[in-house]
Amino acid sequence: MVTQVTSFGRSGLSDWVVQRVSAVILGAYTVFLAAWVICSPDMSYADWTELFSCTAMRIFSLLALLSMIAHAWIGIWTIATDYLTPMSFGKAATKVRFLFLCVCAVVLFVYLIWGIDILWSVK
Amino acid sequence: MNNKRPVNLDLFTIKQPLPAIASILHRVSGIIVFVGIALLMYVLDKTLASEEGFAAVQECLDGTFVKLLLWGTLAALAYHLVAGCKHLLMDMGIGETLQGARTGATLVLIVSAVLIILLGVLVW
Repeated sequence: MVTQVTSFGRSGLSDWVVQRVSAVILGAYTVFLAAWVICSPDMSYADWTELFSCTAMRIFSLLALLSMIAHAWIGIWTIATDYLTPMSFGKAATKVRFLFLCVCAVVLFVYLIWGIDILWSVK
Repeated sequence: MNNKRPVNLDLFTIKQPLPAIASILHRVSGIIVFVGIALLMYVLDKTLASEEGFAAVQECLDGTFVKLLLWGTLAALAYHLVAGCKHLLMDMGIGETLQGARTGATLVLIVSAVLIILLGVLVW
């Protein structure tokens, strides 16, 4: 068996499970936040910060942030290994794919730091 | 099986059935959300940082271009969410037949279209 060193959990089954668990968390977070925004049409700055300053919401947001990063990495990896192949890029395919995945990894790392900073700056 | 049969993997020359279109849109919407998260996080950052930032974002959302950008991101997110629900249902063994896959793809396209229109109403 060839182990894919660039996949998230280094095994297809692990990635498959992580993709689904993170999907459920992200779905729950999206639906909750959408429902909250729709149910507060005259939302003020105070209401908005009150929501994000409570501990439960901070934990939920951090969970969603971590889920988003794992979920996005697995999706991006799947797409990169499907389309950035020797069929489309010839001999340069491995380099192109590696570079693309590096850029995406940096973006996701920025999202992680930025997200934590946003969540912990709320007074 | 005759191994010498030609193999065509060029997606642009194959007529795509409805489930294939629903599937490729799931991937495309995923990439749009990956980029769009930056916009959503920027909005979250500004609106939470200060009262002025909150007001500035509200003012900014009056612009047509910003509305379009936000709608586009939310539309991709809505589609990705609906198509993802179909994925989870199929993982549970629901709608795995050929007919089930066609029905599922049709439902995903209809439900997400309705959601995207509703999001447009919400944004405008």
